[in-house]
Amino acid sequence: MSVVFDEKINQTLGDERLQLAIYTATARLMDKRKHALEGDNLPEYQELRDCAKALKKHTIDNLDHYLEQLESNVVAHGGKVVFCSDAAEVSDFVLKLAKERGARLIVKSKSMTTEEIDLNERLEHHNLEAVETDLGEYILQLAHERPYHIVAPALHKTRYQVADLFEEKLGVPNETVIEKQTMIARRVLREKFLAADIGISGANFLIADSGAVVLVENEGNARLSTSAPKIHIAVAGIEKLIPRARDLAVFLKLLGRSATGQPLTVYTSFLSGPRRGEEIDGPGEFYLVLLDNGRTKLLQDPGKRESLYCIRCGACLNHCPVYRKIGGHSFPWVYSGPIGAIITPQFMGLNHEPGLPFASSLCGACAEVCPVKIDIPKILLELRADITAAKERSGEGGMERMAFRAFAWIMRHPKVYEMAGRVASLLAPASSSGWLRKVPAIMNIPPVRAWLSQRDLPAPPQQSFRQQWRTRVPRTDSR
Amino acid sequence: MSRELILDKVRRALGRTKGQPPPPLPPARICVPQTDVESRVACMLAKVEALAGKTFLAATLAEAAAYTASVVNGRDAVASNAPFLRECGVTALPGVRTGVTDRLALRELCATCAVGITSADYALADTGTLVMLSSGREARMISLLPPTHIAIVPRERILSGLDELLSVLPLPAEQTSSMVLITGPSRTADIEQILVRGVHGPGEIHVVVV
Ligand code: SF4
Repeated sequence: MSVVFDEKINQTLGDERLQLAIYTATARLMDKRKHALEGDNLPEYQELRDCAKALKKHTIDNLDHYLEQLESNVVAHGGKVVFCSDAAEVSDFVLKLAKERGARLIVKSKSMTTEEIDLNERLEHHNLEAVETDLGEYILQLAHERPYHIVAPALHKTRYQVADLFEEKLGVPNETVIEKQTMIARRVLREKFLAADIGISGANFLIADSGAVVLVENEGNARLSTSAPKIHIAVAGIEKLIPRARDLAVFLKLLGRSATGQPLTVYTSFLSGPRRGEEIDGPGEFYLVLLDNGRTKLLQDPGKRESLYCIRCGACLNHCPVYRKIGGHSFPWVYSGPIGAIITPQFMGLNHEPGLPFASSLCGACAEVCPVKIDIPKILLELRADITAAKERSGEGGMERMAFRAFAWIMRHPKVYEMAGRVASLLAPASSSGWLRKVPAIMNIPPVRAWLSQRDLPAPPQQSFRQQWRTRVPRTDSR
Repeated sequence: MSRELILDKVRRALGRTKGQPPPPLPPARICVPQTDVESRVACMLAKVEALAGKTFLAATLAEAAAYTASVVNGRDAVASNAPFLRECGVTALPGVRTGVTDRLALRELCATCAVGITSADYALADTGTLVMLSSGREARMISLLPPTHIAIVPRERILSGLDELLSVLPLPAEQTSSMVLITGPSRTADIEQILVRGVHGPGEIHVVVV
């Protein structure tokens, strides 16, 4: 585990206010999801999950076919498709288009994909103003922070922090009433929407048979971003595809409920190409940017390919006991929680944060709630194996391997095990609480110290289980 | 530029060849329940109200217009070009402007009006949803920019739910560049998970079923 990862975790654990914020926000989302799925609310839930997984598997296993189908349908509806390998290609495309059209102001609706490639920074670097318009994302943009959660990006911010931020950045009086804060943001952002030259959105789904982008949201900022400016650019990972518009009957039912407990979010937009013939409003130009950025590499591994089925509902974060303690910003990349733990090493390389797949109790809550049934614990285990194998190849981790070999040998030899136990209880300092605060000097080596710094070790009992067994169980006589 | 490169990487990763057809797709899962129009109307109204929307069941077109007039209440309003609104007499109400077909002019008007009045192409009873297809009759902005949205829907347009919509409209993109499902007033819970309505879209929504 890297020092940075460790430090961020400790910081979060030590921040009582933050702990409470994460705990209540995730608990509320869990409750809402549970309510939306219980009883008669969605009796076909498990069947829908199986359908969703089968559809995703089929699409990803034949991705090239559906990408080409999508592309030809976008073009048929007057839009353009731009394939991009990485972040630089996306920003080059946007910059070139903005220059050609004389665009200065860009409004953006929430998109994890553009977070992934730091699009805002890249555009601002070239003097384009790119404004986030989802309230949570807007707050984070003002604070120069990245999303804390893929569904509730600003869940770690209090109204008081927002009040200070708005006062400082927008020059408005310090306002701590949440309704009024929201109206301040509405006013500021409304002007941006009406003045913007380009709107950039992400995509929750790409529909192959329609050449369409589907966006789900509650605020209306995605509708405004994609309808008010003259140009709409949607940026999406290539894995966002589903084959048919009709498959939304499966995916929309799962997404809203898993994310926030809503049967449908307030707005679901199904967008295909620019404004047509008789239509009064909508953009005059429509571009769909399809991003690779490591996805084709991930695709090569059939065992972990299902990581790409994710529909970013956030349920695995809310239910993860690790996320709920260490929070979103401890994670080394924009994607946090269990899904972040499996895709970060696959996108960024195993060395980006080798401790990440190990930061899990493998409790399985994520797999249980995942609407597309991604087997996250299995993938975590595979990643652990990959990391250990890589270490072995580079000759690292020798001590650890030896220790585990010794441990395995002891466990296979009952006599030795018992003796080791006796030695340990002789060496152990006396403890009245039943927990060891320190270990004997000869065991006080760095790995043991590190292990104990976060955990309590029960003091060895006066008598081991084996000893008790021998004395307590009366020998049956031969009568 | 990267098109061929990416498609090629995808094919190699999957062990597929260019143009290779995929195996048959699992059938679409569409289940349309049998419902009668009365129960669909009742369900629609109940769901909209559960989402903090307001509802009105109008027996006649004139009743729908009268209700609309009471909501508009002398404020500036913009109505879509849907023929049904004219039939209701809504477009003739005082303060209501309609018939705008220029994109920018309409946007300006919507940005200043207090109320936007539309019909809806369909409604979904089981979620209380309005389905708006962008066209020469219905613009995107009228249901989006004004703080209050009134939608007047003929009751036979109410479908049972999403599955029925997708069986009626299996390819929405053939009809329009934009199909939007509207389920309740615009809302956010981004600050401390406190629910606030009307963040970017209308905070007040009225569904009038005729
Ligand atoms: S991995 Fe599953 S549960 Fe987690 S965000 Fe993705 S779809 Fe949701």
